[in-house]
Amino acid sequence: MASGNSDPQRRLTATAVKLLVAGGFGVGKTTMVGSVSEVPPLRTEEVLTSASEGVDDLSGVEAKTTTTVALDFGRITINPDLILYLFGTPGQDRFWFMWDELARGALGAVVLADTRRLETCFPAVDFFERRGLPFVVGVNCFDGAYRYGTEEVRAALDVDQTVPLLLCDARDRESTKQVLVTLIHHVMKNADLVQSHG
Amino acid sequence: MSDYDEAWFDDAAGPLVRPYAVTGGRTRSDQYGLDMLTLVVALPSVAEAAALPTEYAKIVRLCQRPLSVAEVGAHVDLPLPVVKVLLSDLIEQNYVIFRKAAPPTEVPDQHVLQAVLDGIRKL
Repeated sequence: MASGNSDPQRRLTATAVKLLVAGGFGVGKTTMVGSVSEVPPLRTEEVLTSASEGVDDLSGVEAKTTTTVALDFGRITINPDLILYLFGTPGQDRFWFMWDELARGALGAVVLADTRRLETCFPAVDFFERRGLPFVVGVNCFDGAYRYGTEEVRAALDVDQTVPLLLCDARDRESTKQVLVTLIHHVMKNADLVQSHG
Repeated sequence: MSDYDEAWFDDAAGPLVRPYAVTGGRTRSDQYGLDMLTLVVALPSVAEAAALPTEYAKIVRLCQRPLSVAEVGAHVDLPLPVVKVLLSDLIEQNYVIFRKAAPPTEVPDQHVLQAVLDGIRKL
């Protein structure tokens, strides 16, 4: 590098952390990500290849299947050394295998619920409970959707009283901020509990 | 016959260049263990990168500030496995340095959580 333009002092001190936004297909995950992201939601594609598990006996012919999963995410530069990424989880059931990788190292998750189709967020609640990843439930209030009380939704979802559950509007920046602040508080409380029970 | 092209190629068909063509057919990039949250930053300036092959030059141009592997993938519009191969080449040739996300721990760092909390409140 003969040019004087290069910066030999350039160092990489920043680290990245992530939060997940989960929920059924079309519940508003990318909308929520976009409401707080400093850039319009980005989309990247992960490609997964696996040996197919067909039952047909093709005597030695081993097929491979390749699946492409689109992931939407946003970015918030917390400070020069810390970048927060918000990843929407793939909404369709067939992309379950992607969840493990997304959840690895995540600080916590928002489960976005739509009261018109509450059952679409059951798998996400299940997944985070089993994995022990702290999460909050945001009940996205769509225009015209009948608004249930938070306790009705809690009962229907059968989530623990310790899991924060709040009404929100995924399109609204302040509302999404409130959900994320609630999530981080919950993650902090969780970390305290884990530590004190050591 | 005149609308032959339209009949065959639309957005749903995806890119017409096979993704791995830009990596010379290589699909493995395991040596650095890059994942979508790994941050990368370029060492050379945009001007210095001009001599590199197109896709590499594009990445160096993008990475004048730290970006995650996922962001690079989104901006160059290539699937993550392809981007990882290209980034591995750039790392190997000292054009790019990288930093992995902290390994998953049972309890997240309280300082990090506090910083995230403050950052979200300030939005």
